Amino acid sequence: MKRGTLLRVALGTVLLALVLRPAWFAWVFAPFAPEGGPIIYERASLLSLSLSHLGLVALASTAATLVAVTLAILVTRPAGAAFLPLSRTITNMGQTFPPVAVLALAVPSLGFGSGPTLVALFLYGLLPIFENAITGLSTLPPATMEAARGIGLSRRQRLVRVELPLALPVILTGIRLSVVIALGTATIGSTVAARTLGEVIIAGLLTNNTAYVLQGGLIVGLFAVLIYDAMVQVEAFLFRRLGGQPSETSE
Amino acid sequence: MIEIEQITKLYDGLPAVDSVSMTVDTATITVIVGTSGSGKTTLLRMINRLVEPSSGEVRINGTPTGTLAKHVLRRRIGYAIQGHGLFPHYTVARNIAAVPELLGWPKEKINARVDELLDLFSMEPEQFRDRYPAELSGGQQQRVGVARALASRPDLLLMDEPFGALDPIIRARAQEDLRRIQQALGSTIMLVTHDMEEAMHLGDRVAVMDEGRLVQHGTPAEIVLRPATDFVAEMVGGVERPLRLLSLIPVSEIVEEGSAEGDALAADTSLRDALSTCLWSGRDAVPVVQDGVPMGRVTLDAIRAQAKGQR
Amino acid sequence: MVPGMVALAAGLVLGLQLAWPWLRLAGAALGLAGLVWLVSQGAPALLVGAGDYARVSPGAGFWCLLVVLALLMADALSNLSPGPFTRAGLLAVVLALLALLLQSGVLSDLSIMQEYASRQDAFRDATLRHLGLAFGSLATAAAIGLPLGIVCHRRAGLRRALLPILSFMQTIPSLAMFGIMIPLLGWVGDAVPGAKAIGIAGIGFAPAFLALVLYSLLPVVANMIAGLQSTPPAAREAARGMGMTEWQRLIRVELPLGLPVILAGLRIVLVQNIGLAVIAGLIGGGGFGTFVFQGLNQTATDLILLGALPTVALALVSAIVMDILVELTRPIPEHTP
Repeated sequence: MKRGTLLRVALGTVLLALVLRPAWFAWVFAPFAPEGGPIIYERASLLSLSLSHLGLVALASTAATLVAVTLAILVTRPAGAAFLPLSRTITNMGQTFPPVAVLALAVPSLGFGSGPTLVALFLYGLLPIFENAITGLSTLPPATMEAARGIGLSRRQRLVRVELPLALPVILTGIRLSVVIALGTATIGSTVAARTLGEVIIAGLLTNNTAYVLQGGLIVGLFAVLIYDAMVQVEAFLFRRLGGQPSETSE
Repeated sequence: MIEIEQITKLYDGLPAVDSVSMTVDTATITVIVGTSGSGKTTLLRMINRLVEPSSGEVRINGTPTGTLAKHVLRRRIGYAIQGHGLFPHYTVARNIAAVPELLGWPKEKINARVDELLDLFSMEPEQFRDRYPAELSGGQQQRVGVARALASRPDLLLMDEPFGALDPIIRARAQEDLRRIQQALGSTIMLVTHDMEEAMHLGDRVAVMDEGRLVQHGTPAEIVLRPATDFVAEMVGGVERPLRLLSLIPVSEIVEEGSAEGDALAADTSLRDALSTCLWSGRDAVPVVQDGVPMGRVTLDAIRAQAKGQR
Repeated sequence: MVPGMVALAAGLVLGLQLAWPWLRLAGAALGLAGLVWLVSQGAPALLVGAGDYARVSPGAGFWCLLVVLALLMADALSNLSPGPFTRAGLLAVVLALLALLLQSGVLSDLSIMQEYASRQDAFRDATLRHLGLAFGSLATAAAIGLPLGIVCHRRAGLRRALLPILSFMQTIPSLAMFGIMIPLLGWVGDAVPGAKAIGIAGIGFAPAFLALVLYSLLPVVANMIAGLQSTPPAAREAARGMGMTEWQRLIRVELPLGLPVILAGLRIVLVQNIGLAVIAGLIGGGGFGTFVFQGLNQTATDLILLGALPTVALALVSAIVMDILVELTRPIPEHTP
């Protein structure tokens, strides 16, 4: 555990330095830059790109979470049960759609810029959250549900006090999957002119400047790994509090 | 004959099984009984080397188990466990055939053996052969589990809490079946349980384990009459000891000349059940019959004398 | 026009019959047929006298109707829950109809088909390359990951060390992963004699392929382990106790019982890689991504569709086929006592 914390702090520091003081790393990237070409990406501040990238992901994921959990609650109520099989089919089939294709297909209808990226992130982000929320809400321990009914909680109280808290870790796993996908897809969003860190990588690819590619790749990679890790920790904490075993494999 | 000599298992330097020695005669049932953590399961699993002994030796019909490759040894020993452990993707027939298949028996011999065992366990082969374990009741699954363990006519059958997952009525039937089949086949069985009742009922010999040591090994009657330690006395159940004792003796042993009123008891009924019948029907004596022929009667006084006289 | 409209309307009406899934399925099919009819008849009609360079592409209404009808069909199917063979049959019929439709030329006036016609060779190359990337990386990942899974299953220490690394690797955004592969393989191509000759270089097929393989390892290994460990503990204990060797336990008990989970891992990888292979288009790796990114660059919707639609179709078909396989390999047939 100790070693893990140390590693996290180290990676976090490197990430901060890469974003705030990219010039410090010029000597690292210099061997990869073309002869006489620029080494550090300076067309836009890395900080503003990072903020815009994370902002897009946060916005899309929050919206996706709200909508997906609400929908999941609706279809797991008796009144919405008729839609359960259909919604499972939609999520199963929907998740086979490649995120890049969703992004590309959003462009013709919505044009370029951050708009289509946001829509694509939102739409694609719905699926894992919805799927996990359904799983979480429909696989609660029957004895607990019986007890909740037995002590006289109303439907609403059961939902708020028992079902949602118990399903929370599973829902969080869905949110994590969705955030990880969103972080990656947002990077590709730069090909449709969304302001994200993908811009750095793509600029590198277009000008054959491997230093840019590495720089952008490293920053995005570190963000993804650290955010993923933080969410895993939160889930593990919740699982432990609920007395369960955190899953050994985290998909 | 199974000879266990000075067998010990250490975990982190602490003995789980501490220098246990005993001998098991061919064609008998030995029940190893103890609380959880007493080392009884570890002792059993050292016999087929699922647990490797730290020291000591086990000999089966004179052959030390350490001289055989583990998988070869295990194929000679039947093994039945709690929760049956049937392979869910095999039919009943393939489950029973598992060990003969490993041993490379010819197909016809395997098929004949499967049908023979299903018959023996009162499961119609035609009806059950091709079912999957998930399609059987708990009692049937357990029977298939024991049949599988017996399939290759092993020198020894090890059973680890085989009836632990069954409800009381099915459990009693399973115990009867095991007794009957053991006598029919002349199998040697070592069975682990935490239930003294089951031990008394099934065992020709009972071995009581406590904290890794074998504290007493004898016939059920010896265990009840002369418990070696306080722990054994507690296991046989304090105030219930006279009843346990009576449960070991059939009425045929104290039947006397004479007649009595009311429904008759069979000769192999235990004295405990006879006492219960007397008290329930308010009689002082009950007639006894053997195979429908009157034998005489058993009286409340005689039962009382039996329970007391053993002191 | 009229027959198409009628079919479409009738299809939608039939499609809303709650109690009759078969009727809904038939309705959805009828509606789709009507939609196709409308498109095939409408395009030439609109082009009459419009000049040589005029293009027709279906508008948002077409796509919305297509989605609605597809949903109706999916709903009817999920209610009917057909067996694996029925599903395979239905898939074959749908694919055959689609092939017939594309071959027949009734849609050839649509701009996407014209885009296709002008790039037939490039499209064929892209298809082969895309399939090569997706299936090749799947095969490579399986060849590495399945044995690795077996080893991890036996050694808890290795399992605990390896799985977090693999799952972190999957977290890295695809563009970053592809980007990082470029200098890495570029260096290998320069440093190792002969590496360039077999196609290892910083740009093109090799970095895309390697990135896909790395992404695939986690689902393959994790599902292999989960599959092998899905054997009930009592059954595993019994297998040991009756004298099966480790190898026999693996072949006779653990693998057959875990097969559906293991195949589910391969399904995840296949669908994921078909999608990720699009990114290869950005680093010169070829595949459908080439069209997608060219299209995005030139704001050419039809070019984007020419890349995106086959990708989506390929992913969907692969998912359905793999689902059927998973169901067929379920070791315990589902019939009730």
